[in-house]
Amino acid sequence: MIKEKEQTIILKKQPRIIGSYSIVGPKEGKGNFGRYFDYVMKDDCFGEDTFEKAERKMLESAITGVIEKAKLSTKDINLMIAGDLLNQIISSSYAARMYPFPFLGVYGACSTMAESIAVASVLIDGGYFDNIVCCTGSHFSTAERQYRFPLELGNQRPPTSQWTITGAGSCVLSLKGEGPRVTMVTFGKVIDWGVSDVNNMGAAMAPAVRDTLLRHFAATKTKPDDYDLILTGDLGKLGSEILIDLMDDEGVTLGANYGDCGQMYFKRQQKTLCGGSGAGCCATVFNSYIMQKLREKQYKKILFLPTGALLSTTSTQQGDTIPSVCHAIVIEA
Amino acid sequence: MEDIKRNEAYNRYIKEKIPKTKAWPSLFNSFWVGGLICVLGQGINDVILLIFPYLSQQSAWACTLIILIFIASFLTGVGVYDQIGKFAGGGSIVPITGFSNSITSPSVEFKSEGIIYGICVKMFTIAGPVIVFGVVSSMLVGFIYWIIGLFI
Amino acid sequence: MEIFLDYLWVFLIGGAVCALGELLIITTNITSARILVTFVLIGVFLEAINVFDYISDFAKAGINVPIVGFGASLAKGAIGAVKTHGFLGIFTGGLTATAGGIAAAIGFAFIFSLIFRSHTKN
Repeated sequence: MIKEKEQTIILKKQPRIIGSYSIVGPKEGKGNFGRYFDYVMKDDCFGEDTFEKAERKMLESAITGVIEKAKLSTKDINLMIAGDLLNQIISSSYAARMYPFPFLGVYGACSTMAESIAVASVLIDGGYFDNIVCCTGSHFSTAERQYRFPLELGNQRPPTSQWTITGAGSCVLSLKGEGPRVTMVTFGKVIDWGVSDVNNMGAAMAPAVRDTLLRHFAATKTKPDDYDLILTGDLGKLGSEILIDLMDDEGVTLGANYGDCGQMYFKRQQKTLCGGSGAGCCATVFNSYIMQKLREKQYKKILFLPTGALLSTTSTQQGDTIPSVCHAIVIEA
Repeated sequence: MEDIKRNEAYNRYIKEKIPKTKAWPSLFNSFWVGGLICVLGQGINDVILLIFPYLSQQSAWACTLIILIFIASFLTGVGVYDQIGKFAGGGSIVPITGFSNSITSPSVEFKSEGIIYGICVKMFTIAGPVIVFGVVSSMLVGFIYWIIGLFI
Repeated sequence: MEIFLDYLWVFLIGGAVCALGELLIITTNITSARILVTFVLIGVFLEAINVFDYISDFAKAGINVPIVGFGASLAKGAIGAVKTHGFLGIFTGGLTATAGGIAAAIGFAFIFSLIFRSHTKN
């Protein structure tokens, strides 16, 4: 049924990810990936007086940090592609004014990391840019007050809810230098299967992953076993179970090589219910743990599929459904 | 058409898939925390009547509620009330203290947007409907009693 | 002994009302604002059919401290004002009776929001 090829691009020049950087909040630092992060903040205000300013500063230090780690200077960077979860991606825009290079704002909710890497690799592959910085992040306290309730409200979180990650991840893509290569890109379609529960984003996003995954496998003639790791963004515990069921219905088995950043992010006793979420979730895991394993060649070929629930507070209040998107990138060591 | 069917089937499937939480522990917690808040209210009320014996029961309740509202508002400000709420759920939402929490929490939260557009505007984002529904329904009750009064 | 029994009733009924709220949250997944609205309406209704006072006599704080009591005061105020002031009472009654609670909630919220800021959650 699904056989068109146009959504998948097989890159000829295969841009390399020559540097990656991650910065997280204190709670995230105590999670399962704690020791892989480049910087763990002592408190998530980050020395600023509002959480929004803290998010901005987080993005700035992620960008500065990754340029340093890639042993480049700001003069070498041709373009920055970034996004975040706040209205009008305001944090990224503020972070971008610090730097001399042009800025391309993207919004893919929690899939922003893959979207920016995908766009950057295509631009580099086309020969238009040499070095591109990709960056995204999210902050628990800013997301909570924009999408849900005030922090001090004494309500209980439903069992399907997820914890927005406080953190930012960034990477530099280039044709020169050493690092894992981006070899394939599949841009996802927006999928909406009629889920309207904002506390159950995993269920809303799983069909989007299914769609992108099926298209990717069809276009590249690969199967799940061809990858050392198939990593989704923030489906969470429930969402990834749903995805496994959905893929099973299509005759594709996701086995031991399948993982979800959100589900793996926190330790059990950290009480985050279905796991982590937010743009910072897959961004920080990818730019720390995954990149390290790729550099050490423990993973040779991975399929990275962050998902985004493209909802707004207005659509939620009007009881509308949640459209979702999922972009896939293939990275080879 | 097929899409609608698929979406309905998918939503049914999710409903089954959602993990069922054990109701008893959370019911028990909200029971004893809620009960304790009410006992605290009764205690305050009795002390007030002890100190000011000439107060009517109606005014004593008003004083009690104001003190409870004060306590809840303070606990919200120092960041304790939401911890109680996480544990007790309905036990700390249903008492008047929950009403106080739902007014104080957004105003503390949106302080960063300034006094007018932050604190004052956002104060009723959660508790607004409570006051609106309460006032409108009490007007309706008053109206019915007025009509009845015309015929008696 | 009698006072102990009084407090036991307060605890049991107050707890039961709160547990009913929790049951609503678990079964219907509604937000706290809707819980509050529901219970205020229950209070208004109980007062309108003149049942609230009987419950209040033995439940005391068990029914007055939950927001049900707030609803009942609104209705009681409206009913009382209609009887003394006539038509105008429909408008003045409810809020007059609950002015203390509402003013306290607004006033304290304003003061504490000037003093405190919201805390990070873990």
